[in-house]
Formats: sequence, C-alpha cells, structure tokens
Amino acid sequence: MDIQNQFWQALIVCISAIFTQNMVLSYFLGLCPFLGVSREVKSSFGLGIAVIFVMTFTVAINWLVYHKILIPLGLHFFRFIIFIIVIAAFVQIIEMLIERFSPTLYQILGVFLPLITVNCAILGACLFMVIRDYSFIVSVAYGFGSGLGWFIAIMAMAGIRQRLDAKKIPQGLQGPGISLIIAGIMALAFVGFTGVL
Amino acid sequence: MNGYNHKKILIDGLWTNNPIFCQVLGICSTLAVTNLVLNTLVMCAALIFTVSLSAFSVAALRHFTPKNIRMMVETLIIALYVIIIDILLKAYWPEMSQNLGPYVGLVITNCIVMGRCEACAISNSPKIALLDGFYNALGYTFILFLISSIREILGMGTFAGIPMPFFSTPYWDKWIIMVMPPGAFFVLAMIVWLMRSIQLKKIK
Repeated sequence: MDIQNQFWQALIVCISAIFTQNMVLSYFLGLCPFLGVSREVKSSFGLGIAVIFVMTFTVAINWLVYHKILIPLGLHFFRFIIFIIVIAAFVQIIEMLIERFSPTLYQILGVFLPLITVNCAILGACLFMVIRDYSFIVSVAYGFGSGLGWFIAIMAMAGIRQRLDAKKIPQGLQGPGISLIIAGIMALAFVGFTGVL
Repeated sequence: MNGYNHKKILIDGLWTNNPIFCQVLGICSTLAVTNLVLNTLVMCAALIFTVSLSAFSVAALRHFTPKNIRMMVETLIIALYVIIIDILLKAYWPEMSQNLGPYVGLVITNCIVMGRCEACAISNSPKIALLDGFYNALGYTFILFLISSIREILGMGTFAGIPMPFFSTPYWDKWIIMVMPPGAFFVLAMIVWLMRSIQLKKIK
C-alpha cells in the first residue's frame, strides 16, 4: 500500500478509535481504573494523559517487536508474555526518565504510571493491532486514537461524578452501581457516532 | 486465615466478597463477551482454570519468590496459563477462538487474577489458594452467567443458541440495545444494585 493511502487509513482508524470503537465504552477495556480513579477530575486528567502517552508508544514498540522479531522467529504464540514485558519495561523506563528530567510532569503522572502496566486497555490495543493486521503507521494512529478516546471517556465520567456527589442516590446504587449506569448512558451516546463513519 | 475453613472460603468467594459486586474487579475483559451465553461460559471456564491454577502456583512458589519482583513472577505465571488456553482454543475450537478475539489474552491483565494472587495466594498454602481462586472465579462466573442470560434472551430471543419459547416469536420485540455495549453496562449496574441492596439489608 502506498504512503498516502496509509495516511488516510490511519486517520480513519484514529477517529473511529476515539468515537465509534472507544476502548472503554464499546470494548470494556480499562474499566477498573475507569471506575476506580474517576472520582476527581484532576487525577483522571493525569491518568488519561499517561494512558495516551504509554499507549501510543507501546503499540509502536510492540508492532516492531512482533513483526520484526517474533514473526521471523516463529514465536508469535509468545506474544502475550512479550507484550506484557515490553509494556512493563517501557513504563518503568519512562517513569525513571520523567523523574530525572521533568519533576512537574512527574507530579502529574508519577503515581499513575505503575498502575498502567496492568491496564487492560494497553494490552488490548496491542492485541487488536495484531489481530487486525494494521501497518506500522496505522498502528501508531490506532494507539493514539484509543488513548485519546479513553482520556475523553474518563474526563467526562469524572466531571459527571463530581456533580453527582451532591445528589441523593439509593444506598445500594452508590459507587460502582451509579458509575456503571452513567457509563451505559455514555456508551449509548457514543453508539450514536456510528453513523458518522 | 489460620485454620483452613472450606465453607468460609466458599461463602467468601461466592457471596460476601464476590469479585464482581463487592470488589468490582476484573469486569474489564469479560464483560465484553457477555452478549452470548456460550461465549461467556467458555471465557469463564478459561478464567476459572487460570485463577485457580495460577493462585496454586504462586502459593507453591511463595517461599522462593523474592519480594520485590513478585508482581513480575505472578504475571509470568498467569501468562503461562493463558497461553495454554489460547493454544488449546486455537487448535480445537477455532471458531470460538475467533469469536473471543483478543479477550482470551486479556485474561492476563484481568485484575481478579492478579488480585487473588496478591490477596490470598502470596501468604497462604497452595491448597487454600487453589480453593480461594476457584471459588472466587466461580462467584465471578455466576454473575456473568446471569448477565449473559439476560442479555441474550432479551436481545436475541435465544439462550446459548437455542430459541426460547416466547422471546423468539414475533410477539417479542427484540431489544437490540441489549446485545450492544450499553446493554452490558445497564445489566451489570442493575445486578450490582440488587446484590448490594440485599447485602445491606442483611447487615442491618
């Protein structure tokens, strides 16, 4: 495929990853931190940015590892372990680098980086990239789009939940219950985007 | 947990400390396959296998694992079992493997697996860890089975692929929303609400 075609495909994949194929709202990936951390806008922002960042880069690195190392060696069934190790190693390195070079950024992202290693959205994006056979450029766009989609979803969720604090909610529904209902309504809204693409 | 108490572990896993409506863990990867009962059952079987065996292995190796790299060791043990399942499914049931897509692999990052390893297996004997993992996974399966039954019957009019007497007739307007993502959120929210209310009432 020529470069121009790939760029168009990358753009479309990126936009659809943000809206119609949103990681949380249509694939249910990264739900645990989505429900757990979305209590405050500030921490949601930090986590969201960290997810965008890590997802874009790990999808790129994992694409290279999978297509340049694992496939030639015939070790593709090993991908789960390799992907996890790549993600964990990348997160660790980034954490050290950020701590060394940018203390302000470290304050925003610091706590959230280790959490991300076990975020299923990251591994999910890597596995989707393999299953759908994306080329390198498209994969990077996909990683970025998925991260951005996750960021938008958690920010919206945090905003709504902050408003909700002052409202009266039945006792059994408090916490995860009401968050899931909100997520359901948000998912409905995002299903509406299907017609766009 | 000093003495080992079979019944207590069972009740804890299935009810008082149910992974879904009490801990709200691990809903990520498995919620996605609840649109069909059959997919859910296969996925849950995979999960039961992974949770109990990896808890068992972690517990068996607990004296040899250095404290500061235990997370990595746990992840590798979990990944090992998930790879076994993935290869088995691909070899003997390719259609199901296709249906489940990336979600089989995502069991690795399912928080419930790691959660049980961290919370129980790392400080208990293999026997207790195995039981604890098994019952927790069973508690998980029971809720997901409930969700998938509701979703498939209301949304498609079938149960595990078999048409239901009333719901597959033209009298029943299929709730397409139930097989789409929002349906999963709503059904899960309702179940969490119901179960928590029952528990709260008991405490009072």
